Amino acid sequence: MTAAATELRAQQDQGRKTAQNREKLAQGRTYISALVVLIWCLAPAYWMVVTAFREVGFTYDTSILPTHVTLDNFQTAFDTSFGNHFGQALLNSVFIGGVVTVVSLLIGVFAAYALARLNFRFKYLVLGFILGASMFPGVALITPLFQLFTNIGWMGTYQALIIPNISFVLPLTVYTMTSFFREMPWELEESARVDGCTQGQAFRKVIMPLAAPAIFTTAILAFISSWNEFLIASQLSSDRTQPVTVAIASFAGAQPNQIPYTAIMAAGTIVTIPLVILVLVFQRKIVAGLTAGAVK
Amino acid sequence: MATELGPTPVKKPASGGTELHHAPKGVGEDNAIASQGKWASWLLAPAIIALAVVIVYPIISAIVMSFQADAGLDPATGLFAEGGPAGITNYVNWIAQQCASPGGGTVACPPGTLGSQFWSATATTFFFTIVTVALETVLGFWMAIIMARTFKGRSLVRAAVLVPWAIPTAVTAKLWLFIFAFEGIANKLFNTSILWTGSEWPAKWAVIIADVWKTTPFMALLILAGLQMIPAEVYEAAKVDGATAWQRFRMITLPLVKPALMVAILFRTLDALRMFDLPYILTGGSNNTTTLSILVISQIRQGFNVAAALSTITFIIIFLVAFIFVRFLGANVVEQQTGASKGKK
Repeated sequence: MTAAATELRAQQDQGRKTAQNREKLAQGRTYISALVVLIWCLAPAYWMVVTAFREVGFTYDTSILPTHVTLDNFQTAFDTSFGNHFGQALLNSVFIGGVVTVVSLLIGVFAAYALARLNFRFKYLVLGFILGASMFPGVALITPLFQLFTNIGWMGTYQALIIPNISFVLPLTVYTMTSFFREMPWELEESARVDGCTQGQAFRKVIMPLAAPAIFTTAILAFISSWNEFLIASQLSSDRTQPVTVAIASFAGAQPNQIPYTAIMAAGTIVTIPLVILVLVFQRKIVAGLTAGAVK
Repeated sequence: MATELGPTPVKKPASGGTELHHAPKGVGEDNAIASQGKWASWLLAPAIIALAVVIVYPIISAIVMSFQADAGLDPATGLFAEGGPAGITNYVNWIAQQCASPGGGTVACPPGTLGSQFWSATATTFFFTIVTVALETVLGFWMAIIMARTFKGRSLVRAAVLVPWAIPTAVTAKLWLFIFAFEGIANKLFNTSILWTGSEWPAKWAVIIADVWKTTPFMALLILAGLQMIPAEVYEAAKVDGATAWQRFRMITLPLVKPALMVAILFRTLDALRMFDLPYILTGGSNNTTTLSILVISQIRQGFNVAAALSTITFIIIFLVAFIFVRFLGANVVEQQTGASKGKK
């Protein structure tokens, strides 16, 4: 081996090593960034859960793990003696969210099918209208509804909360389902029609079963957006019909000047945990549903 | 205009009607469109009717209301006055910040009244919108780039970003109220003693931080979906050609992700312009954190018709911003949605 060859080899080795090092460095940076994202997203949520388990006297404790663990806060959250109706509010939210989701899906699936599959005049107008509707500010609805519901005695009723919720859940449903429908294997529908199915039969027997996961995902998104609604409910609900968001926002403690943080965090944890579990279990589907329409 | 029956680009030539797809626009297609149109109107009717009832009707009645005067005690005469047509008085009063005066006519609204807050609420709304959307775009892009890389635990990060998104805004507001409490963790962590909700700028930043925390994941996921559409080969080719990381970001990532990014920014902007829950619960709208939505809600109980004028103004502002986005900044939501891509024209 000549000296020149040895030197060349050494240089190559050096080059490979720096490339490897750079790779390692990049990988290390990725891990550090990922850790920062993880902490940024989870730390505040973790703080809520930890506080929910702290004794009231240790509300502002800063230990990362709770030192004085108690379940009292969860009991306090459901306590009605200070004028809170958290238990009732949970039921209300489930009921309102359920009705809104079912109605929106029943109506929305058909509209989405037409928008994704059929060619007709004014299609873009209809799509624009539905997209516009989903961007609509809630305050523009609340004023006339407030007056209307006051006049017809609907203030504080369930229908007064369900109907406005449909105004933003239905467009979301149509929007998400349209994107899902566009990605389905429509060759199967064509085959079914060749085999003698009508368009309606093909829709019911071939497309609906295939669309079930998409419908389920859309239902979750619809339910979550109804569950999270606050503006309309804060104005049109009563103590009896208020959903959890309103109950938590107006949560009162024993002393009027002291915010019962531990109990509020317990209530927040109860409201959030089912959603977080749902979202984590169906993570892929949810992300697909959330981003549907924004790309492609 | 697309010549297919359906808007979906059919990858494999499907059976039945395929000939139609490529046929020039003719009688056959017109018939197909006519029959599909009938189908479509039946399928769409329930949704259109429902939206007409829950959205179009309230908008129209809000507009009608906004041109009416509120019934109430007339400050000039001290007597109860019926409402009645008011022309554009309600709008003019909001924009000029004029209130009815006891001597008849109008005077500048005294500080502290709702009428005096129109321009400050508008400014606050736009300030929140611009700052939060800018921060969310930058942070969201950064998060998306990280989540697009392959590394162990990536799925954990992708799951974690959904947590802030899944927490209801009302709960988020209470959580950050607790974090920003005087004895709360924020002050202890940074060794400060700021009354976060007690004065203007800390209160504004509290709202902004809470909003960025809550909504950046949505932005990140939309951008990530856009990033994943870019084929890896493009980057490889650029690398071979000696493009630096910054060049690759500027010349490949940014232009290719732009359509998804614009839609994400549009959605977030329109959402931020109607911001209500967070400042309402976190600061109660005090210390100049009153947004237009909060102002409308505060006005409702003092007079429907005056509130209707303000909610219509809010609606027009949001509509104009959306229009500017779609018309001048190329956020083509409808085209994105229908997948009517350039190749088909």
